[in-house]
Amino acid sequence: MISPTETLWLALRALRRNTLRSGLTALGIIIGVAAVICMVSIGEGAKSRIRTQIEATGTNVVLLFSGSSSSGGMRGGMGSQPTITWEDVRAIQAELPAVRAAAPLSRTSTQAISETSTWTTTVYGTTPEYFTIRNWAIERGSGLTASDQAGAAKNAVIGWTVADKLFGSGVDPVGQVIRIRNAPYNVVGVLAKKGQGGMGEDQDDAIFVPVSAFQARIQGGLSQFVRGPVYVSAVSTEAIEPARAQIASLLRERHRLGPDQEDDFSTVSMAEMTGTLTSATQTLTTLLASIAFVSLLVGGIGVMNIMLVSVTERTHEIGIRMAVGAQPGDILAQFLIEALTLAAIGGAIGVLLGIGVGQLLASRFGWSLAVRTDIVAIALLVSAGVGVLFGLYPARKASRLDPIEALRYE
Amino acid sequence: MPLIELEQVTRLYRSGDTEFAALRAVDLAVEAGEFVAITGSSGSGKSTMMNILGCLDTPSSGHYRLDGRDVARLSRVELAAVRNRTIGFVFQSFNLLPRTSAAENVELPLIYARVPPAERRRRALDALERVGLAQRSSHQPSQLSGGQQQRVAIARALVTRPPLILADEPTGNLDSATSLDIMTLLAGLRASGITIVFVTHEPDIAAFAARRLTMRDGVIVDDRRQAAPPAAAATTHGASA
Repeated sequence: MISPTETLWLALRALRRNTLRSGLTALGIIIGVAAVICMVSIGEGAKSRIRTQIEATGTNVVLLFSGSSSSGGMRGGMGSQPTITWEDVRAIQAELPAVRAAAPLSRTSTQAISETSTWTTTVYGTTPEYFTIRNWAIERGSGLTASDQAGAAKNAVIGWTVADKLFGSGVDPVGQVIRIRNAPYNVVGVLAKKGQGGMGEDQDDAIFVPVSAFQARIQGGLSQFVRGPVYVSAVSTEAIEPARAQIASLLRERHRLGPDQEDDFSTVSMAEMTGTLTSATQTLTTLLASIAFVSLLVGGIGVMNIMLVSVTERTHEIGIRMAVGAQPGDILAQFLIEALTLAAIGGAIGVLLGIGVGQLLASRFGWSLAVRTDIVAIALLVSAGVGVLFGLYPARKASRLDPIEALRYE
Repeated sequence: MPLIELEQVTRLYRSGDTEFAALRAVDLAVEAGEFVAITGSSGSGKSTMMNILGCLDTPSSGHYRLDGRDVARLSRVELAAVRNRTIGFVFQSFNLLPRTSAAENVELPLIYARVPPAERRRRALDALERVGLAQRSSHQPSQLSGGQQQRVAIARALVTRPPLILADEPTGNLDSATSLDIMTLLAGLRASGITIVFVTHEPDIAAFAARRLTMRDGVIVDDRRQAAPPAAAATTHGASA
């Protein structure tokens, strides 16, 4: 066998002699590899984005829901029956060592009206602690205060999107008045931009009012119970599980639940939600990547097809090479390396194209992109493997030609 | 010891149930340095003979000793090595690689002889100079005349410095003036000690050889030595080296 570099040189020359065909053959591999890289990178980007967004929701956050109710054999789901009282929230915040803060979050979808426009948005009722839990800063003006909460003040803090839709870009919303369900609210502050949430929702499309005012004027209900989830932040990441345990035992005690009774509340940590969402994204990524790998396989079959054509077409050349002393192994290596080179060059271009297209899509649709080097390496290896696998049969066919027959072939 | 020694060489071709003997129990000895022409009508077995002499084909029975070594039972790999080192081929249709320069064509056997690139190029240029084509080393076959292409092919046959050159109708595709040039070139090589065996059906080409074999129906029916014609005897332009 002649040296690998020599064989590579022969292969490159042969491929260059038929540039158009080599290019078209490589295209199958290019598209396959590019699809794999693009899909996986976008999937990875989505995953890391979900992770950062959920982390942006607030680190160490535990959500507390009113429990599942069961009455007359009917079981309601989480939150179907209000069971958590204001006193419960206060006790969680005050008594539990693993808890830093707790805040209820009631919500409803309704219209907000300014002097110039109307906008349908989500109105939340909460307490000042909510913004601490979510690390959400006030961009302009001031936040809700404890006295707003105590006096059910008609003050509101609005998100960026709401500010833009109701007042436009030229006007300072602080000091303006908005009407929600026929009651006027003073805008005291505008929140810093937060962007998309973990579910793809616009977190800045929100109005926050004191939960006392919310219950009194926007959405009534039994006044001693909290509607909606309670956001609880643990003092540290390590304190998340202790906090959940402490909340559970406190609420069981406060709700006088016997040992054989189920919890009438439930908690979920952000870490759990992150896990669920990222695993859903992972499934999608795997699905897309496997489709992309199929296209890589199709590209490989294209390589085999062209190599077979090439062997037939170059039968005479093979005959000449054999006549001057090429051994069957030399011919095998030449065609194998040719297929391998085709696949490897296609793979390399595919990687660049995949990253390029991924970046283009990412910037156009506002996705994020995370190129995983291991996937790049795997895609390159697979495309080279495809080259070897699908080049082997044509190469063997070439190496087994009878020199006399091959020389006679025109 | 003869360079070529055939002993009872038979080559059978089978198609379906019928068997056809292209060569029948041929005996032949060619000494080193001989200049041999094989003539005969088509179907006489001369091409089969060339294929066997060239180690492109193996006999169905009998022995073929090339340079003292019985090559009749060698494997494909071993035959390739013999073709590379011991034999230089010249074909009727030149058999150069298209879209490949003359120098690269001449280098081809050296690639398979594992000669390093720099030495390969030097030896290819030497060989091209020996056939009078040093100025055309970068030309591709399509840019060369038939006679020039055959000279490139001869350079390729020479480049591994084989003891034996086999030429199958080397002038078959050339006009008569060019044919004479090519034969003069081969005759010149013979003068430098290389054994040459060629096939032709043209009497004036066969006349260049010092020994002339005639084949018919797979056997050698005539084997005679002859005086080389004056044109071939004279050592001429570009051929001596």
